[in-house]
Amino acid sequence: MADVNLTVDGKKVTVPAGTLLIEACRAAGIEVPAFCYYPGLSLCGACRMCMVRIEKMPKLQTACTTPVAEGMTVHTETPEIAQARKATVELLLGNHPLDCPVCDAGGECELQDMTFKYGAPTSQYVEIKQHREEQQWSPVVYFDRPRCIMCYRCVRVCGEGMDVWALGVQNRGAGSVIAPNRQDHLDCEECGMCIDICPVGALTSDTYRYKTRPWEMNHVATVCTHCGDGCKTTLGVRRADDGMEIVRGDNRDKSGINEDFLCIKGRYAFDFANHPDRLTKPLIRQADRSFATATWEQALELAAKKLKEVRDTKGPDAIGVIGSNRTTNEENYLLQKFARTVLGTNNIDHHRTADYVSFVRALAGKADRAASLRDAGTAPAILLLGNDPTEQHPALAWALRTNVRLNKAKLFLVNTSDIKLRRQAKAFLHIPEGGYADAVRFLGSNDADFHGIEGAADFRDALRAEPKLLILFGSEFRGHDIDALVSFGLSLPDARFACLADYANSRGAADMGLLPDLLPGYRPVAAPGPFAEEYPNLPQKPGKDLIEMFDAAERGELGALYVVGANPVERYNVDPASLKNTFVIVQEMFLTETAQIADVVLPAANLYEKGGSVTNSYGDLQLVKKAGDRAGVRSDLELIVRIADRMGAKPQQLVPFGRGLRADTGQSRGAQSGEADRHSIWLASRQIEPKVSPFDPYAVLDEIARLVPGYDVERMNLLAGNDVRTKLVSIEPAASTTRRDLVLPAQDALFTSGTLGRYSAKLAEVHESHRKSPAETAAD
Amino acid sequence: MSPEMNSVPNTIFSPELAARFDKLVTLYPARRSALIPMLLYAQDEVGAVNDAVIAEIAQRIGITELDVRNVISYYSLLHTKPHGKFHVQVCTNISCMLRGGNEMLAHCKEKLGIGNKETTPDGIFSLEEVECIGACCWAPAVQVNYDFHDNLTTEKMDAVFENYRQKAGKS
Repeated sequence: MADVNLTVDGKKVTVPAGTLLIEACRAAGIEVPAFCYYPGLSLCGACRMCMVRIEKMPKLQTACTTPVAEGMTVHTETPEIAQARKATVELLLGNHPLDCPVCDAGGECELQDMTFKYGAPTSQYVEIKQHREEQQWSPVVYFDRPRCIMCYRCVRVCGEGMDVWALGVQNRGAGSVIAPNRQDHLDCEECGMCIDICPVGALTSDTYRYKTRPWEMNHVATVCTHCGDGCKTTLGVRRADDGMEIVRGDNRDKSGINEDFLCIKGRYAFDFANHPDRLTKPLIRQADRSFATATWEQALELAAKKLKEVRDTKGPDAIGVIGSNRTTNEENYLLQKFARTVLGTNNIDHHRTADYVSFVRALAGKADRAASLRDAGTAPAILLLGNDPTEQHPALAWALRTNVRLNKAKLFLVNTSDIKLRRQAKAFLHIPEGGYADAVRFLGSNDADFHGIEGAADFRDALRAEPKLLILFGSEFRGHDIDALVSFGLSLPDARFACLADYANSRGAADMGLLPDLLPGYRPVAAPGPFAEEYPNLPQKPGKDLIEMFDAAERGELGALYVVGANPVERYNVDPASLKNTFVIVQEMFLTETAQIADVVLPAANLYEKGGSVTNSYGDLQLVKKAGDRAGVRSDLELIVRIADRMGAKPQQLVPFGRGLRADTGQSRGAQSGEADRHSIWLASRQIEPKVSPFDPYAVLDEIARLVPGYDVERMNLLAGNDVRTKLVSIEPAASTTRRDLVLPAQDALFTSGTLGRYSAKLAEVHESHRKSPAETAAD
Repeated sequence: MSPEMNSVPNTIFSPELAARFDKLVTLYPARRSALIPMLLYAQDEVGAVNDAVIAEIAQRIGITELDVRNVISYYSLLHTKPHGKFHVQVCTNISCMLRGGNEMLAHCKEKLGIGNKETTPDGIFSLEEVECIGACCWAPAVQVNYDFHDNLTTEKMDAVFENYRQKAGKS
């Protein structure tokens, strides 16, 4: 659009035509205060705080509803404007309780800030303030009516943003009040967006209300540990007797890939970390089958001794390793490196929730066709096959809704059920159960008819006319279905793809090679390439997958099983008796079904209690930062290194720390050529310092960046807290295309989150309250 | 909009009103424009915009019940609880106030033995203090259902009550 020139407070500003004056001012670094205006939501003009003087206009104008015009001259801070804002604040404070010292928002309240800046020390009002008791609207949301300043932000974010429309405004004038959709309570997605967006303390959360003061916390922006979207959540932590306690989760800095959004899990489901059942001491199985607490020394020694014993007596093939979807890339990488080089086995797997292997193979050589989550917010057209993002990928659903609302993006859906995003969809192809393969075949074909569904051909033709289509698909697609879908997409001019998985680091686990047949970066174990040099003793034969490990255990052939942050016994319904002859080592936060049958349980830190990086479903790499801390637990990274150390492995060969492996920058010629310390050279060439601790995740990240194709990302950008694209590069199409389909979708919905969800009191409470309500309706 | 969205299978309204509503939602560029007329017609037929009315109207228009409640709560002419057979609305806005509107309200309260926004036990009368009803020239004025009574004195008001009481007895 054409640019418009205007003058704001004497500054020349040039912005595209159609820009709102308030945004133009902000772009020029001039803040115009506003309560009701919120970028991306509909305009409201209710609060009258953004009043500015525009020359040649008779009265003060609201900057939030005025589009810029050529030659406009604007003043944003004059005595007249200050007086107007002062009067507005005075009116707002007319019935606003001055309970700031106990209000949750005190210290980070927009009304407080405005009162500080413009407010009068006195008030003309002598009327008694109307008090109303606080109301609980849901397990999450509390409403304190007198604090409300009627900015309508909550109403709009719930309706327009979330497409839930659970909040409304009732009555009129001074009696206006925000009302929930079920008269005295809310029936909603419990996302907490209304609480976050509230400029004052009128909407508060059950999790945080009256807990602490904002300035008593440290705020750590890290990545949510729940679903595969990788939202940034800001955790407020406070000193507790046994470490740092997480007391709040919110979206304070809004710098993440999720932008304004955060769902209930990112906001309130951090509480598993504070669960009373949290393990804080190592446990060792006694002769009478009971657990006894042990010292770290005893537990690590025993674990290492047993692993070594099994390796040396029964052979490496008698050991199985199961990794996690919720540990960092560094831990996943290290775990597979430990398995492959120290234990000497390829028997390593994880709970797969999407078929990334097929996805990478299908997209081989076309790294630019892999989409980021950010593309969902900008693509002009999106095709979503399977999945229900509202339940499984809330940030994706938000991005799609926002894209449709603000950019008029076209959303095409193919699904077996009538998912909620249908309300935003331009076209919906409702296919019969199990019809995804058929649907893809139909999209690629010229058939006139598809199961007799009306408009199916139009749907296909509309898709084919899209020059820039974003194709998202759920775990319904595996193996050859992915191939078919990708080849359909590649027939379009510029289609991009994303494969949706269920957990915070599902993608990272696959990328880092927690797979029996593939090394990090999906390199086949039989053709290890650079790993042949890097990994001494790398076995060339693909190992056992997760199911085969348990089969081997049943046959009594599995001497030891090392499980890191996973619960396969529950997930795969393993008979505990089948593991009676297997020495089981489990690194876990809780005594899960798997931990209960373990011989050694090592209490582990969770994703909120350590540093490292995670990769979301779309391949966006982000750093996680240590927020909480619990006395007694250790990170999985540290535990792997310590076990390896006690097995006699050289930690330096596992984690490249200190002055390199050979303390030698090598010779390029002569007898010593090839002896170069590749890692040191790689670091030096990128001006990265060597790391000094074997427990430093960044040391492992260095090796990942060096060895895993696509992970050599811009380090500064990553360190700055941004999401960075990894490139999906397949070294060569894997020879075997007849891999076993081991994808087991997590089946998590909005209020569940695998094993973690069971230990989150808030999620459980919300889940329970939502499970109950349909029954209540049915009864009457 | 598909035609089947217009009609509701188990309507709580009379066939005539249901047919009227079926048509009403098609008359405006946006369906929800039909909301206020629908609420007024429904209130006249049912006696109040109760939960069942709200649910059906929300369904007919395709908006949430909350949206319907938001509108109802805005307008004082819409009420969710049934009134008496004759709803006595006493104006106490400026013109009527100057001409004895407040005294008229007090008289009505005493005469009917009920307070503002209450209904007599026999369900014949209900009383409400209202803002300007547009009869300032003939203040003080009272509106009973849709009928105006103006230039009132307490004696004239008593006659009005008597008249309605007899009507109530007849029907």
